Amino acid sequence: MAAEGSRAAGATRAGRKRSALPPLLLALALLSGAPGAARPEPLAERLAPCLACHGETGTSETPEVPSLGGQPASFLLIQLYVFREKQRIAEPMNELTKDFTDDDLRALSDELAKLPPPVPPTIGAEPARIEKGREVSARHRCGFCHNPDLSGHDQIPRIGAQRQDYLAKALREYKSGERRGYDPAMAEVVQEMADADLAAVAHYLAYWR
Amino acid sequence: MWLERASLSALTVAGLFAYALSGAALAQQPPAPAAGAAPAAPPAPGSALFGRPETEGAARLAPIAPPPIPTAADKLPVAKLKAPPGFKVEVFAAGVGNARSLRIGDKGTVFVGSRLLDKVYALTEKDGKREVKVIASGLHRPNGLAYHKGALYVAELSKVWRYDAIEDHLDSPPKPTLVNDNFPKDEPHGWKFIGIGPDEKLYVPVGANANINNPDPNVYAHIRRMNLDGSGLEVLVQGVRNTVGFDWHPTTKELYFTDNGRDWLSEDLPEDELNRISAAGKKHFGYPFCHQGNFGDPEHGWGRSCDEFEPPVALLGPHTAALGMRFYTGEMFPAEYKNAIFIARHGAWNRTKKTGGDVVVAKLNPDGSVKSVEPFLTGFLEDNKYVARPVDVQMMKDGSLLVSDDYNGAVYRVSHGG
Repeated sequence: MAAEGSRAAGATRAGRKRSALPPLLLALALLSGAPGAARPEPLAERLAPCLACHGETGTSETPEVPSLGGQPASFLLIQLYVFREKQRIAEPMNELTKDFTDDDLRALSDELAKLPPPVPPTIGAEPARIEKGREVSARHRCGFCHNPDLSGHDQIPRIGAQRQDYLAKALREYKSGERRGYDPAMAEVVQEMADADLAAVAHYLAYWR
Repeated sequence: MWLERASLSALTVAGLFAYALSGAALAQQPPAPAAGAAPAAPPAPGSALFGRPETEGAARLAPIAPPPIPTAADKLPVAKLKAPPGFKVEVFAAGVGNARSLRIGDKGTVFVGSRLLDKVYALTEKDGKREVKVIASGLHRPNGLAYHKGALYVAELSKVWRYDAIEDHLDSPPKPTLVNDNFPKDEPHGWKFIGIGPDEKLYVPVGANANINNPDPNVYAHIRRMNLDGSGLEVLVQGVRNTVGFDWHPTTKELYFTDNGRDWLSEDLPEDELNRISAAGKKHFGYPFCHQGNFGDPEHGWGRSCDEFEPPVALLGPHTAALGMRFYTGEMFPAEYKNAIFIARHGAWNRTKKTGGDVVVAKLNPDGSVKSVEPFLTGFLEDNKYVARPVDVQMMKDGSLLVSDDYNGAVYRVSHGG
């Protein structure tokens, strides 16, 4: 645990000034490989580092990096917030978000939520594992919170057609406690699931159509 | 704001294209037939998901998580909150993300814990202006707070810390001292409400680590207490599913506590409880065998009788999530509120027609039994949706009552007269 010095009147950073931007600019330039990224104003440029890893069409091609397409804005906002506050650790995300204001987080969430839902891979599906995963999903009621079509809503993410490696990692980390989650709901769900069930449900969800 | 819609067009076109592709793919590859698939085996008894029915109505219910960023002061729904005639409701502090448990220091500092964020706040006043200071962060569900002789006690999920002379160091809080970390690390019902009793002991509950299970009673589902230095940890009472609020009667010194009933049994059963620990009473409050004092659990209740357990002194409604509570000992409110209990009901999620979402007042008989439970502060619930959710109540030195709202990240103040 770490006690932190006080931030006067500043539980939120809504009042922060834009002067906090230079480190972000640097990160943008580094990540987007755009040496001339001098002015951050256009949204496309702001989104570029997000989309470079998470996929420009809402479907991620990057190992263990989730697809953001079709995610509810409320869910995205929570994740950006916990990255900024280092309540959730993923170094590139902690670095990218550290100087964002609350308004920045809201604007990014709203914009990312407009990306179209991810498209599942066309190869690699294993019917037997999909069947097992379907059974695990039904037994653990994934569709209760995530919607019957697994599209998510409000603070609950879309999990249908999410990347398999990311889903498997997230579920493993919920189970080990490495990922605490915002709400403890997922920890409660996975605490008694076998590792093989976690893997099967990740496979099933990844090929969800 | 740096958003510019025009620059989005390329992105949108790409998006539409991908969307069209996904639609085409969908048309070509029909989903595997669901019909004929064997029905899923239900979760095993003891599982966190046990008891969750597979019906359409139940499928619509899910826990409600609030946004992480507090609502701006001018957008708070304080005008919708209604108290009895003669009372006034106002915003005490905004910008207190996920405001949960409330405590007051000797010098008037208001301390606020959180559950979904990692922070503990101090609300202070400087030149007539209220300030919100983050006095600790990086904590794991720091819901529980207690204040005693200058020190702030903070309960994380599995650890209790002490910040000495806290009010003298709000701008640079001291490194905390670990009081005790001998608590389970389970997430379900792992967050804590804590308090220091008239016996100068620190009371720490440990919730059941599931919706409904029958865990080791020496590890879960009970209230413990220990000396203020963390020594002498002992289980005081058992059969407590999850209490997130308690206080001691001002004259009898008996401990009263709220307890949240299990989910997924039905829309209307069981009700949340207000309980009392008395010298003559039993030391087991029923979980998981008996709910609300008169209703045997459909799984765990067989072979048992509710007579074995201490019944609640009041029922607080099904799924209402009765959380923080305090006895009112102030002078500001009318005499009828003297030594009555204010109880924050966070509001149901596991119910189609939402209930709770208010502060009720339980008035007691001279023998400590409950005479009535009446609405006090209402309006948190509008058209079956929460516009705010009360978590804890705390009397200020002037007798006014603070109410925390974890949905909007705010604290309200209820006063009378003046």
